[in-house]
Amino acid sequence: MHAFEYANPTTLKDALALLGNRWGDADVLAGGTDILSLMKDEVYVSKRLVNIKNIKELGGISMSRGALRIGAGATLEQLIENAEIRKSFPSLAAAARGVASPQIRNIGTVGGDLCQRPRCWYYRGGNGLLAKGANGRPLVPNGENKYHAIFGHEGGAYFVSPSSLGPALVALDAKIKLASASGTREVEAAKFFVAPASDTARETALLPNEIVTEILVPAGMRNATYEVREKQALDWPLATASVALQMKGNSVASAKVVLGHVAPTPWLAAAAGQALSGKSLSDSTIAEAADAAVQGAKPLSQNKYKVQLARVAVKRALTEIARGRA
Amino acid sequence: MSSRKEPEVPKKTKPAVSRRGFIQGVGLGTGALGGALTGTAEAAPQSAGGAVSGPGAVPFSLRINGKTHNVTLEPRVTLLDALRDSLDLTGAKRVCDRGTCGACTVIVDGRAVYACSVLAIDMQGRQIQTIEGIGTPDKPHPVTSAFVEHDAQQCGYCTPGFVMAAKAYLDRNPNPRSEADVEAGLGGNLCRCGTYVGVRKAVLDAARDVRRGRNA
Amino acid sequence: MPNYNWPPQGQRRLMGKRLSRLDGIEKASGYAKYASDLNPPNLLHGALLTAPHAHCRVTSIDVSEAKAMQGVTSVRVIAPAGTEIQWRGAEVAAVSATSETIALDALKKIKVQYEVLPHLVKEEDLKKAGPRAKAAGEQLTGDPDQGFKEADVVVEGYYGIPVITHCCLEPHGQVVEWKSDAVNMFPSTQNVTGIGGDLAKALELPATQVRVQMNHIGGGFGSKFVSDRWGIEAAHMSKESGGRPVKLFLDRETELTIAGVRPSCFGKVKLGAKKDGTITTWESDTWATGGHGGGGSPPIPYVFTNIPNQRKAHSAVSINAGGVRAWRAPNHQQACFMTDCALEDLAAKLNMDPLDVFAKNADLTPRPEVYRNQLRQAAELMDWKKKWHPRGQSGSGTLKRGLGVAIHTWQGGGHDSKAICRINPDGTVEVELGSQDLGTGTRTAIAIVAAETLGLPLNAIRVKIGDNQYPPSGASGGSTTIGGVSASTRKASVNSLEKLFAAVAPSLGAQADQLEAVDGRIQVKGQASKNLTWKAACNKLGATSIAEMGENERRNPGSLISAGVGGVQMAEVEVDTETGIVRMIKSVAVQDCGTVVNLKTAESQVYGGCIMSIAAALLEERVMDEQTGRVLNPDMEFYKLSGIGDIGEIVVKMNMEKEYDDRGVIGLGEPAAIGLNAAIGNAVANAIGVRVSNAPFTPDRVLAALEGRTA
Repeated sequence: MHAFEYANPTTLKDALALLGNRWGDADVLAGGTDILSLMKDEVYVSKRLVNIKNIKELGGISMSRGALRIGAGATLEQLIENAEIRKSFPSLAAAARGVASPQIRNIGTVGGDLCQRPRCWYYRGGNGLLAKGANGRPLVPNGENKYHAIFGHEGGAYFVSPSSLGPALVALDAKIKLASASGTREVEAAKFFVAPASDTARETALLPNEIVTEILVPAGMRNATYEVREKQALDWPLATASVALQMKGNSVASAKVVLGHVAPTPWLAAAAGQALSGKSLSDSTIAEAADAAVQGAKPLSQNKYKVQLARVAVKRALTEIARGRA
Repeated sequence: MSSRKEPEVPKKTKPAVSRRGFIQGVGLGTGALGGALTGTAEAAPQSAGGAVSGPGAVPFSLRINGKTHNVTLEPRVTLLDALRDSLDLTGAKRVCDRGTCGACTVIVDGRAVYACSVLAIDMQGRQIQTIEGIGTPDKPHPVTSAFVEHDAQQCGYCTPGFVMAAKAYLDRNPNPRSEADVEAGLGGNLCRCGTYVGVRKAVLDAARDVRRGRNA
Repeated sequence: MPNYNWPPQGQRRLMGKRLSRLDGIEKASGYAKYASDLNPPNLLHGALLTAPHAHCRVTSIDVSEAKAMQGVTSVRVIAPAGTEIQWRGAEVAAVSATSETIALDALKKIKVQYEVLPHLVKEEDLKKAGPRAKAAGEQLTGDPDQGFKEADVVVEGYYGIPVITHCCLEPHGQVVEWKSDAVNMFPSTQNVTGIGGDLAKALELPATQVRVQMNHIGGGFGSKFVSDRWGIEAAHMSKESGGRPVKLFLDRETELTIAGVRPSCFGKVKLGAKKDGTITTWESDTWATGGHGGGGSPPIPYVFTNIPNQRKAHSAVSINAGGVRAWRAPNHQQACFMTDCALEDLAAKLNMDPLDVFAKNADLTPRPEVYRNQLRQAAELMDWKKKWHPRGQSGSGTLKRGLGVAIHTWQGGGHDSKAICRINPDGTVEVELGSQDLGTGTRTAIAIVAAETLGLPLNAIRVKIGDNQYPPSGASGGSTTIGGVSASTRKASVNSLEKLFAAVAPSLGAQADQLEAVDGRIQVKGQASKNLTWKAACNKLGATSIAEMGENERRNPGSLISAGVGGVQMAEVEVDTETGIVRMIKSVAVQDCGTVVNLKTAESQVYGGCIMSIAAALLEERVMDEQTGRVLNPDMEFYKLSGIGDIGEIVVKMNMEKEYDDRGVIGLGEPAAIGLNAAIGNAVANAIGVRVSNAPFTPDRVLAALEGRTA
């Protein structure tokens, strides 16, 4: 790990003043597990880390005017422990519970979950975000790709978005608030995540001089998340599905089905949402939606199985809602 | 280590020493450069407000096992390396060094945390508890005793981390009902020798002992 | 000659009981100091620069900038220009400095240029190995062609088990100081007595000049016997730094890349059998890699060695990857997997319960009665008869349960070991030997044997191990430690006790051979009232301690210990056929290990062996990338180990019946870690109706098998 400067502001204003206009001039240090790992591996170098754990205004979880406000500095454990989230946003609670381990959830933040970098083993091994070999050829499609993307890799980003909360937030139509020294802006969760087109681009809309400050989640939708994973803990999901349904009586008025860990961003399966629209949840409508969710998947040489996992994740997330468990 | 190719290095490099931080560091010189002092007087928090410290070594204080330790360390030093290399608190082990195994588990403000994945300088003002602070060989913590009774260790290198994770878990969940509860609480720790059967029993037993101790 | 025999089973006070390990509190409280925990005064930190290519030649190396850095005390070039490097991660240079961060910063200043050479890092596809696969000659027994012709049923299958790593939690390394002509080494080693000589040879010093000390080791599993390049370089750096101690431990990436692997094994197995399940014919065509040196030759057919007709062909593939080191029961997991999976496939084809096929063919093994007995016992503990169903007939739901069985063996035996039992005039007792406790409980076992022999409580014995100034005792490998140290300790204790008897006999008015040591007293046999307390007896020694030696000779072990055990392991799994995820429900292990010294730690060995096998069966594989020549998962994130929630219920039964106990002490670290991997593979096949050929049984492979694709 290269040496770096450290700053420990207690106000958002101070923190923003410490950031720069280029990545690596200064970076935000929240929970820290991800950025410190990247820096230990020397895959990423930053000249200054700005600790934001002591900024009170970034914390807190509250409901106001029918929407949930999650401070970006709230820990994943606080998310799980929040009774309102467990009751009305089981999708978020389930996604948070799936993150790594108690130790990570105790210090890892909501903002950190959204901004963490991909776990692609070529990227982490120093081959760059888009993982190209010495001859410029992409390594992933010709290499070991069992954990890689089955959707959205046409632009050359083969990694999968590692965010656990991302799919749930996209499904719930959440908005993500970003602040910089010159002001604040609000981005739809669906537009926060982007597939980068170059090694130096990022996987989110966040700019180097910005900090994620809070997430606003509208209430009123039935929602659930299902994760398929090999290990009970300390493991990344192989595929996940987050669903959010606007109900009208017993039928679905509108639905969002978002897949996780299958694409460089949370993957909105629009066809699955359409398949559910106007229908009630039954085994057959759920199966149709699950099939629709994976239409158009482009699996790589070793990850065809993830198509099936994504399909099952959608089915099981919807089934949880149908059975009243979520 | 092998240097990995193509790191994302910022294009323009400038002198990395921050004047403000450097001056602040000198001003607070404690005579503890390169080492650590244990005492009661705390160094002022490093780089409060908009100040920047480092990248060279800077003096600051850590509150560990109820004692204040004044250290002088670079910002890049993790809590784990500070504990092990500067304070000779070696119960927390460096195994994966990436927040994926739990051998370095310590308790910060009542919560289990991987010491390898937080910076020492970032832990100013926090209450840090290490395995050395919860008991001694002569007066072991009930969780430690239960681990011995159930042979929940073999080589023992993961064990202090497990004990700390178990203690943190039981402090917040004093009544685990089943082995499944324990599994959820201790999912953040890995053992290579394969001692989980003993760990499950030990944590359930320790919960009973801790409850009994509280009632006594 | 004194009578060294173990006391009769019913008369043992300590041996065979469940006793807590003596160093348990020290370790679990965090106060135990492992080599990697040592912080002696003036400590320097070492770091290694390793090669970034799987196959390359160093064309130039410039360390001048690193050498000039403040805080750097020594820089060593390990691979000078011209050196051909055969795997990524090989040692290129080493640095020592006053802090670890300075040492790591200094590595970045070393300029190395490489000529990149072609590499091969994967061996699953033998066709791609070309000339790098070296075939051993075909081995022939009986007449396999005739055997297959006469067989009622022939079954052929393909099976594969990948390279896995040791992943010791304490990485390889040491603290070492070389002052004037003497070296003090504090390694993480399985070989306290031997590693000093190994280092001395490399440093061209007399063996007498290397002192080795180690209290605890954080895992070895067969990978920590020698001083290694990093140990040798650390010693040189200490010398070059004025004799200051140097700490050099591998980082996790390097640990998983170069510090040892278990070889793989892939290939086809064909069995011929009679209608009743009796196997008559074996044919196998297999290959394996253990790194650049090739390596890995599993002993197949495993356990069922007496199959009358056999044809075997095996190739060793040399690849550009970190090399093999002994991995708990070397070659046996692979052999067991290739053999017992084929047996299960045979049973399925015959529509027989595999339990019956294994039992029927027990006559082809060296210990038919042991295995039949263990199969019966394991089946009861698993409730096999009630739970078992023919392959694939596991109901209509998406969650399918299945059972699998495997059997294993290990030779073991006791290594050479010398121990001194010292009885001091104040009544204290010390046992000294140059052994080590890998976490198996060796320290405690030594105390148990001495206390049992001397009629003392366990805490009356001070065990001194972990120092090469103590009498030589073998390296801890191949499950040979418990045999070696229990025999040497028993003999040393008996020999010392006889001296004590001789010293106190006159004051008890008896002959020495009429005395016995019972419950902290020396008393006359049959006249318990004529006695001295242990302390009073020792006081009679005057000023001189008794210090007698006991020795175990590997080649002449006597009746205290033995070798060769059998074991049966069974698995019950639940497979989610929609996701391909395999969940452990229950494992059963029935294990023969002769005389049990400490039941608690013996059972721990078996639990641990089962859990290692669960990880190997479901999660572990070293993933190599042919394009970059790199291990893609040299970490603990994607090199996956089972966690506490992944193991299911585990039931262990140690065979302590008289006929087993009578054989003497036998090690069990290795056998416990063999069978379950294959048993899980068999259980998966039983659950889902098709064989998943390659371990680990991950969702991609399970789903592919269910779809009928190669898995």
